[in-house]
Amino acid sequence: MSSLGDESSPLRVAIVGSGPSGFYATEALIKSGLNIEIDLIERLPAPYGLVRNGVAPDHPKLKQAIEVYKKVAKNPEFNFVGNVTVGVDIKAEDLQQTHHAVMYTCGAETDRRLGIPGEDLPGSHTATEFVGWYNGHPDYRDRTFDLSHETAVVIGQGNVAADVARILAKSVDELKHTDIAQHALDVLAESRVRTIYVVGRRGPAQAKFASKELKEFLEIENCRPYIAPEELELNPASQEEINSKEGRGNKKNVEIFHRFADSEDTGKQRICIATFLKSPQRLEGEARLQKVVFETNALTGEPFRQSARGTGQTMEIECGILFRSIGYNGVPVPGVPFYERWGTIPNEAGRITAEQDGPVVPGLYTAGWIKRGPSGIIGTNRACAVESVEALLEDIDQLNTDRPGREGLYKILDNNGVRHINFAQWEKIDTAEVAAGEPKSKPREKFTRQSEMLAVAES
Amino acid sequence: MTTVVTENCKGCRFTDCVAVCPVACFHYDDEMLYIDPDVCIDCSACIPECPVEAIFEEDDLPEGQEQWIEINAEKAPDLPLIEEPMEALPEAEERKADLGF
Ligand SMILES: Cc1cc2nc3c(=O)[nH]c(=O)nc-3n(C[C@H](O)[C@H](O)[C@H](O)COP(=O)(O)OP(=O)(O)OC[C@H]3O[C@@H](n4cnc5c(N)ncnc54)[C@H](O)[C@@H]3O)c2cc1C
Ligand SMILES: NC(=O)c1ccc[n+]([C@@H]2O[C@H](COP(=O)([O-])OP(=O)(O)OC[C@H]3O[C@@H](n4cnc5c(N)ncnc54)[C@H](OP(=O)(O)O)[C@@H]3O)[C@@H](O)[C@H]2O)c1
Ligand code: SF4
Ligand code: SF4
Repeated sequence: MSSLGDESSPLRVAIVGSGPSGFYATEALIKSGLNIEIDLIERLPAPYGLVRNGVAPDHPKLKQAIEVYKKVAKNPEFNFVGNVTVGVDIKAEDLQQTHHAVMYTCGAETDRRLGIPGEDLPGSHTATEFVGWYNGHPDYRDRTFDLSHETAVVIGQGNVAADVARILAKSVDELKHTDIAQHALDVLAESRVRTIYVVGRRGPAQAKFASKELKEFLEIENCRPYIAPEELELNPASQEEINSKEGRGNKKNVEIFHRFADSEDTGKQRICIATFLKSPQRLEGEARLQKVVFETNALTGEPFRQSARGTGQTMEIECGILFRSIGYNGVPVPGVPFYERWGTIPNEAGRITAEQDGPVVPGLYTAGWIKRGPSGIIGTNRACAVESVEALLEDIDQLNTDRPGREGLYKILDNNGVRHINFAQWEKIDTAEVAAGEPKSKPREKFTRQSEMLAVAES
Repeated sequence: MTTVVTENCKGCRFTDCVAVCPVACFHYDDEMLYIDPDVCIDCSACIPECPVEAIFEEDDLPEGQEQWIEINAEKAPDLPLIEEPMEALPEAEERKADLGF
């Protein structure tokens, strides 16, 4: 009897989401050497997930990860199905009937909320929206950001907060030759922001920035990074943290913070101030955001487990715009198990379970941010996807064998009247974007509307 | 800027770093690993994975280790690529202990 993956019976896998985890899962499946057919389904006409729509435009080197994904896409086993949202254009249940196995790699596309009064005042935004907007993500094309006030506040001290602050801090000259969306560049050109606060609820030793991201602030042409020196005094537990091996990165951060504190005022147009031990308590303003009220914190707990406790004292920062950058959150796909509390798909090492710690659902797998939660960099998703693919391959003999694959998928999509595009069509979009960027000395000018992309794809 | 493997990797070759590299730019010989600077995207994913702290960003290299920039650049391109972790060298654990990790 033949088994799945043999010459005569290809293993048909649908992967949902074409970010890093989707591509690394594809790569790992192809490397298995089995007879395999992969359909990588993506809700946008453009692949690459957050490498295209998250990674900052002024970090072009990181986007070279895309070269690896292009190579993966060249394999005959690979097929791209763009512009198809699983759960909307095709039911998750239907996909289980067309493919032997389905792997969800759909990322964490929304944001966590602070849950404080005033959070939805005009002028209060999420980093997710801002990042999507400056990167030309079609979902955020029509967002507006009012940069006419002198002070901006960023809540959170992770790498996304650093990206947001840096884009606000840089001059247009420093951004205009990147792949930043033109609509964003036009708005940033008019920015009157002079002071950017980046506010952490814990201390300098607990900030989650990568040291490299921090160092970049020392090189921004028109912005001085600053920290009030007294904010860098560490409690004994934090001292212990930075002096231990696991605290290697944090120690470097603290060293760079000291360089911020020592920075001289050379008359730069902007200043970016990191400040610590403050939790936002409420946002206030008439009709729109005018100030943030913070409760100041003290750290309690063992080294590496210190948490912020409110002191009862408050302080305020007047500002016109605020970005909360406190982490992303998964979006449930209808028909696929979801664990609200963590915003992830419940799973055991990549095998989807019916509920958190529940029984495994045969044939369903997951990888990337939607599996682990919204942390880790591009490469983290490779090890993660490899683990999930290993689980899938171990289960191969238990999978339902009778599945039509691609043919069945296209039949449903066509019945549902869904426009879908393949990789060659995406390549047309890609070529057109690069051409549009050329006259402006930009690596590309992205299409920011799905309709424009589809028009090029179908031309 | 690039990212380089240094002395500590020698005779040890745990390959934890390889699993998280997004672009497959590690190469190896009998002794250790090297990063191809033309392919590496400086994402730093490998740095915290190394149990013997052998990997550094170029501008973060401890004093006296600068020669490794050139060694990585010269050796990597001609050596075989390593894309999946492999078994550490037999003396790896011992060497790790010797290095104080
Ligand atoms: C602002 C920001 C900046 C970052 N910068 C860096 C950096 O500089 N360096 C670095 O190493 N890492 C960076 N990261 C982290 C890195 O981007 C993530 O680790 C990685 O993208 C996660 O991969 P993923 O495949 O799980 O998710 P994603 O990259 O989010 O991909 C998910 C894909 O699934 C698609 N999708 C979602 N739902 C559906 C559905 N229902 N049907 C079909 N398709 C769907 C989405 O459109 C998307 O394309 C950054 C992250 C953010 C948020
Ligand atoms: N260049 C790069 O390499 C790069 C760029 C962008 C993103 N990424 C990666 O992408 C991942 C996501 O980044 P991220 O910045 O979204 O997440 P993150 O690193 O988890 O940072 C979240 C920040 O928000 C704070 N926070 C959470 N809840 C809060 C609350 N209720 N009130 C106040 N502050 C709160 C956290 O503080 P606590 O520490 O106190 O929880 C932390 O400072 C990370 O792994 C990151 O490294 C990498
Ligand atoms: S993890 Fe460190 S010691 Fe091991 S192979 Fe990589 S660089 Fe060498
Ligand atoms: S820095 Fe990133 S790209 Fe370079 S070798 Fe390390 S993991 Fe690979």
